[in-house]
Amino acid sequence: MEWINQNLPYLMAGISVGGQYALIAIGYTMVYGILRLINFAHGDIFMVAGLIMVYAMTVMPIYVAIPLMIILTVLLGFLVERVAYKPLRSAPRMSIMISAIGVSYLLQNLALYVTGGLSQQYPPIPWLSDTITVFGATTKRVTVITPVLTIILVLALVALIKYTKIGMAMRAASRDFETSQLMGIKINSVISMTFIIGSFLAAIGSMLFFTNYTGVTPTAGAMPGLKAFVAAVFGGIGSIPGAVIGAFIIGICENIIKGLGWTTFSDAFTFALLIVVLIAKPTGLFGEKVIDKV
Amino acid sequence: MSTENVLKVENITMQFGGVIAVDNMNLEINKGEIVSLIGPNGAGKTTAFNVITGVYAPSNGAIYYKGNKIVQNHPQGKMKKLYRGENPAMYESHRVLAPTPDKITCLGIARTFQNIRLFKSQTVFDNILIAKHMLRTSNVFTATFHLNGKEEARMREESERLLEIVGLTDVRNELATSLPYGKQRRLEIARALATKPELLLLDEPAAGMNPQETLELTEFIDEIRKKFDLTVFMIEHHMDLVMEISDRIYVLDFGKPIAEGTPEEIRNNPKVIEAYLGGADDE
Amino acid sequence: MKKQTKIIWNVGLILGLLLVLFILEQVFPSGSMLFTVLKKGAIYALVAVSMNLLNGFTGLFSLGQAGFMLLGAYTYGILTIPVESRASVYQYFDGGIVQFAIPVPLALIAGGIVAAIFAYLIGLPVLRLKSDYLAIATLGFAEIIRAVFQWDKLGPLTNGSNLLRNFPAFKSVLYPFIVAGICIAIIVMLINSTYGRAFKAIRDDEIAAEAMGINLAHHKRLAFVISSFFAGISGGLLAMYQTTIQASMFKSAMTYEILLIVVIGGIGSVTGSCISSFLFIACSEWWLRFLDNDNLYIGSFHVPLLRAGFRKVVFAVIIMCVVLFYRKGIMGEKEFSIEGIANFFRRKFKKEKVTEGGASK
Repeated sequence: MEWINQNLPYLMAGISVGGQYALIAIGYTMVYGILRLINFAHGDIFMVAGLIMVYAMTVMPIYVAIPLMIILTVLLGFLVERVAYKPLRSAPRMSIMISAIGVSYLLQNLALYVTGGLSQQYPPIPWLSDTITVFGATTKRVTVITPVLTIILVLALVALIKYTKIGMAMRAASRDFETSQLMGIKINSVISMTFIIGSFLAAIGSMLFFTNYTGVTPTAGAMPGLKAFVAAVFGGIGSIPGAVIGAFIIGICENIIKGLGWTTFSDAFTFALLIVVLIAKPTGLFGEKVIDKV
Repeated sequence: MSTENVLKVENITMQFGGVIAVDNMNLEINKGEIVSLIGPNGAGKTTAFNVITGVYAPSNGAIYYKGNKIVQNHPQGKMKKLYRGENPAMYESHRVLAPTPDKITCLGIARTFQNIRLFKSQTVFDNILIAKHMLRTSNVFTATFHLNGKEEARMREESERLLEIVGLTDVRNELATSLPYGKQRRLEIARALATKPELLLLDEPAAGMNPQETLELTEFIDEIRKKFDLTVFMIEHHMDLVMEISDRIYVLDFGKPIAEGTPEEIRNNPKVIEAYLGGADDE
Repeated sequence: MKKQTKIIWNVGLILGLLLVLFILEQVFPSGSMLFTVLKKGAIYALVAVSMNLLNGFTGLFSLGQAGFMLLGAYTYGILTIPVESRASVYQYFDGGIVQFAIPVPLALIAGGIVAAIFAYLIGLPVLRLKSDYLAIATLGFAEIIRAVFQWDKLGPLTNGSNLLRNFPAFKSVLYPFIVAGICIAIIVMLINSTYGRAFKAIRDDEIAAEAMGINLAHHKRLAFVISSFFAGISGGLLAMYQTTIQASMFKSAMTYEILLIVVIGGIGSVTGSCISSFLFIACSEWWLRFLDNDNLYIGSFHVPLLRAGFRKVVFAVIIMCVVLFYRKGIMGEKEFSIEGIANFFRRKFKKEKVTEGGASK
C-alpha cells in the first residue's frame, strides 16, 4: 500500500503523459498507414499549436482562443501536406521523408524567429490547471482528465473510421494506395482528411501537454513527437489501437524510470524499449506481417 | 550423358501458415540435363525455386546438391500443429540447415527471376561485374586500396568475355533497364552465368516473349548449356520451348508433383491433360 | 582520357587547392568568417560523405550519424586532454580516471575505431530491420548513446554533462582539409572497388544481390561500420574545431542537418555531398548573416522583418525549395570530374562548330 502511495504520482503522470503521446501518435500512425511516411513535422505542428495558444491568450478570452488554436493548427497541418508532400507523391519515399524533415526544420526556425528563442510561458487554463487531490496525491486536474479525454477521442475516431464513408476510404487507402484510386476514391481528400484529424488531435494533445509543462520552446515538439512516433512503431505502425496502447506503455514506463531516479535515461529507455520490440517483433505489437514477394 | 546426380529434392513441403504451396515434392536432376517444371498458375513452381535457392526455408524435407545435403528442415513450434505434409519424422532428429541465398549461389546454383530483377542504376557491364564479386579473394582493405589489381583485371576481362558470348557487347555501357525486354532477359541469364554456376535455375525465361524471341532464347539456352557445361532447371509456360528443349519434365499441380517423364510421355499423360483442362495452353 | 593523365590532373587539382588555402590563410585575418566556413565545411563534407556511403550507396537509411560523431568526439577529447589540465577539466570527478594523453592523429583514429566498434555491436540487431524501422532504430541508438554519455556515474570518463575542453585544436585550415580529404579519398576508393559495386547492388535490389552471392548481413554491416568509422573521425575533427564538446550538442537535429546536406548534394554523389556541405555551412553561417541585422537599410528604406533568427527562416525556406523543386540535388548521382568538364566543353565546342557549319551552308 505504501509503495502504491509513493508511486501513485508517477503512475498517474505516466498515464497522463501516455494519453498525450497517444493523441500525437495517432497522427503519425494514420499518416504512415496511408502514405508510408514518417511525418517528422508532426511534432513541430504540436509545438506550433502550443505557441498559437500562448499568443492567442494574450489578446483574446479563452473561449475564443481554444477554438482558434485548433482551427489554425488544423489549417497548418492541411497546408503542410498540400505544399510539402503532395507535389512529391510520385517521388521516391525518401524524398518525402526529407521534405518532412525540411518542414520540421522550417517550423522550428520560424518559431525561433517569432519567439526570439525564449521559452514562452504557457497560459494556465482555468479548471484544467486547478490542483486536485486523488488518493492522497496532489496533482493538476489535467492529469486525470487526459486519459479520459484521450479514450473518448480515440473511440470517436475509431467510430469515424469504421462507420463513415471517409473512414472506409481511409481504410481502403491504407490497405492499397493504388487500387483504392482505381476504385474511385479521391485520394487527395482522404490524405487531407488524415492530416486534418492528426493535427486536430495534436492540437488537443498540445493543450494537455503544455498545461502540465508550462514552457513552450521552438524545440519543445521534437522529443514528444519522436516519442509519440516510437509509440506508434511500438504498437505496430498503421494501427490506431496499437498506437494508443504503445503510447500508454511508453508514458508509464518513462515516468516509472523517472520515479526510480534515472531521469537521464527516461528518453533513452524509450528507444531501448523500441529497439527490443523491433528486434523481437519487427512490425510492432499489433502490426501486420508483410511477406516480400520474390 | 553421365547420370551423376546434381540436385535432389526430397520430401520438400513449404507451408505458409495453413496454406500449402509445395506439397511433398521429390525430384532429381542429373548432370547435363535440361529439366523443366511446368504446371498451372499458382501451382507452387516459383515457391519451389525459392526453397531451392534459400529464399525460404522449407517447412519440411531436405535438398542435396551433388550428394551433399544443403538444406534441411522439419516442422517446429507452431508449424508442428499446422503441418500437413508427409514424413516429418524423417528429419526431426537432424540438424536444421537453412543457408541464405548467397550461400546457395556460392555453391554453384545460380538463378534468374520471373519478374526481371536487374540492378537498375547500373550499366550492363556493371551488372555482370557485380556478380563476379562473389568469386573474389580480396578483402575489404586490399580491395579499397586497389592491391587486388590482378583480380580486378581478371574480373573485368571475364565479364567482357561473357558479354561477348551473350552478344551484349555493343550495349555494354547502356543502363540495364534501358534495354529492350528480350535483352534484359538475356542479361539476367548472363549475370547468373557470371557466378560460374553448375546448375542454372531459370524462372520463366520466355515470359512475355513473342515466338521469334522465344525461338532465339531456345537456341541461346542450348548454346550456353553446351558452352558452360551446365545443368538447367527451368520453369516455363511456353510449351513449344519446353517440349523442344527439355530432357525431362516435372508437372506440378496444387503444390503436388503429379507427373514426371520425357516430353513425349508428358504430352500423353492423362493427369497432366486434366490439370491443364480448361486452359490447355496456360498462357 | 587516359588513366595516368586523369591521376595527374586530380593530384594537380588537389595540390592547387591546398596552395590556394595556404595563400588565403596568409592574406586574410584568421578570424575571418571564410575560415569558419572552410573548416566546418570540410568536417561536414566528411560526415556527409560517410552518410552518403550508407544512405546513397548501400541504400541503408540510417539516422545514427550524430551518435557516432559523439563517440568519435568524446574518444578524441578524453584521450588528448593534457594530463596537467585534467584536474581542472574533470573538477567534479577528481581529475577523471584516464591519466594519459596520446598524440592527436592516433586519437582521431581511436575515435573512428570506437565508433566502428559501437556500430558493429549496434548493427548486429538493427541491420535486419528495413527502411523506416532501421532509420528510427538508429536514431534511437544515437539518443541512447547521448544519454549514456551524460550519465553522472560515467563522469570519471566522460565528465558527465559537463564540458570537455583544453584538448588540442587545429589552427590552420589545412589540417581539417587534409584529414577529411584523405578520408573521403579512401571512401571513394572503396566505392570504386568490388565492394562498392556490391553495396550499390544491395541498394538497387536486395533480393537480386543476394541471388548473386552477395552476403547481405556481412556487406550491410561492413558499410555501416566503415561509415561509422569515418563519422567518428569527423566527430574528432569537430571537437578540434569547436575546442569544447558536450554530449547535448549531438542531437538528432544534427543528423537531420547532415541528411539535408546529403540530399542537397545529391544522394549517391560524393562530390555533390562535398560541394553542398560547403554551401550549406556558408549559407547558414555566413552569407545570410545580414538577415539577422535589424538595422539594415537599402538607401533610406528600412528593410522590415529582419532580426535575430530571420536568417535561419530564409535558409529553411531555401532548403524546402531545393527539396521540392530540385529533387535530385546539385549533382544527382553524377560526380564532378575533370573528365566530365572536358567532355562538356568538347561537346559544346563541337556543337558550335556544327551549327556554324550549318549556317555557312
